Amino acid sequence: MNRYATRKIKDRIMVSLTYLALVIALIPLISILLETIMRGVPAINLQFISERIPPLGQPGGGIGPAIQGTLIVVGIASLIGVPIGVFSGISLAEYPETKLALAARFLNDVLTNMPSIVIGIFGWTMIVVVIGWSVIAGAVALAAMMIPIVTRTTEEAVKLVPASIREAAIALGVPRWKTTITVVLSSAKKGIITGILLSIARISGETAPLLLTILGSRFWFNGFTEPTAALPLAIFNFSKSPYSTIDWPRAWGASLILILMILGISVVVRYFTREKYV
Amino acid sequence: MYKYETSLSVETEKIPVSELMSYKIEIEGLNAWFGNNQVLKDINMKIRENAATAVIGPSGCGKTTLIRCLNRMHELVAGTRVSGKVLLDGEDIYGGNVDPVTVRRRIGMVFQKPNPFPMMSIYDNAVAGLKLNGINDKRKLDETVEKSLKSANLWDEVKDKLDKSGSSLSGGQQQRLCIARALAVEPEIILMDEPCSALDPIATAKIESLMRNLSEDYTVVIVTHNMQQAARVSDFTAFLYLGELIEYGSTEDIFENPKNELTEKYLTGKFG
Repeated sequence: MNRYATRKIKDRIMVSLTYLALVIALIPLISILLETIMRGVPAINLQFISERIPPLGQPGGGIGPAIQGTLIVVGIASLIGVPIGVFSGISLAEYPETKLALAARFLNDVLTNMPSIVIGIFGWTMIVVVIGWSVIAGAVALAAMMIPIVTRTTEEAVKLVPASIREAAIALGVPRWKTTITVVLSSAKKGIITGILLSIARISGETAPLLLTILGSRFWFNGFTEPTAALPLAIFNFSKSPYSTIDWPRAWGASLILILMILGISVVVRYFTREKYV
Repeated sequence: MYKYETSLSVETEKIPVSELMSYKIEIEGLNAWFGNNQVLKDINMKIRENAATAVIGPSGCGKTTLIRCLNRMHELVAGTRVSGKVLLDGEDIYGGNVDPVTVRRRIGMVFQKPNPFPMMSIYDNAVAGLKLNGINDKRKLDETVEKSLKSANLWDEVKDKLDKSGSSLSGGQQQRLCIARALAVEPEIILMDEPCSALDPIATAKIESLMRNLSEDYTVVIVTHNMQQAARVSDFTAFLYLGELIEYGSTEDIFENPKNELTEKYLTGKFG
């Protein structure tokens, strides 16, 4: 066989292997999605998303408070986490060599990989012990998970803005801080938004920190210093229920709602922050 | 080294007009460093008002650094240092209480690669300097857009698509948009750092004729590695080599009658 033919065969084999790897990688992803849709759709109706959470094993009711609780807790966590994350990311990108920046970058990487249960314990000792199980404690714990992700992605996105764009603004007599918050931020917008959405998706599904901070509840939101319900906690509770025919479909339904919610937030945010020119 | 003063007499015989011109920028003992590497060595030169001055020299001779010292852009790069004086209308821009931001508002700059703001429309690019500095009066902005795009010879090509992205234009149009953007803030001086090096010959010709027009109303300083371009568009030419100002005088003198051997060798292509 000549050399060309062997090369061609090697090429075919490598290409097939990469496709095979791709298919294997997709199997768990697609099967989770299909399973959730198939089992979740029958459980979902208007009552399911609007009514109060019933006690385990009791028919009727829904997961309304859990949807509300997740929206509130994730919302507050974002209000805390997004500005802190974005601004610290900008600071790391603009002043990359200071001692503070080097320390912050290292701690940030540690925090990104921190097991979420540890964050839960942090929220528990810092806040729950003082003011009790509460929405605030949950939001702070989730914000603590969010900040390192947003910081990292913002830093990378700001660093990718070409120096020529920054210089163009500075040469027009625009002060440096203003150059950063106008020209640089709007050029880095896409990357920053992606980071924020990633972090929201990540914290929306977190269960461990919420177990230790907002506790969970069957009732509607009752104040920022009170326990509240959340989707991951509802899924957790329904799925460990002994009443498999009544509660397990609810767990699937709640899972599908959680996935759809994250998808929905992503679509809406991307629509409102879309680039004018591509 | 060639003394600038002696050339004045020669020059005034040939172009009497130049005697009426005054100096806009006076550079005195300017040194610049990148880290420990000194890229400009004791530069002394006076730049005339409302004329085009070209800075030529081989790659790495410090041309770009020289003009970046004139609007205090050099110091933005980490590890750089400047010493000496740059007098703008007699006032040192490196003086203790001078804000570089106000210096840059008086001195516009056009860069080597066209760099319109990609997320802005043509309209917004043209008035970016005004908008970013807080001017939002719609009438004033409209007037400025038209005026600066006309001065940059771009108006006729873009007047029907001002809301399109700046980066949708061709390279030459983008560069003229960048010139319009620099003109919109009404600077007194325009620095151009090899503005045609990324452009084709037709786009280059358009920018060159624009440079000629601009030098009637503005003090224009052009860095170029293209000697013919310097000969075509400039009134005065400075030749830089290894960070030193080798020769400076009227473009005619430099090209037809260089006094320094190095200048002659460079201009005749013996090195470069």
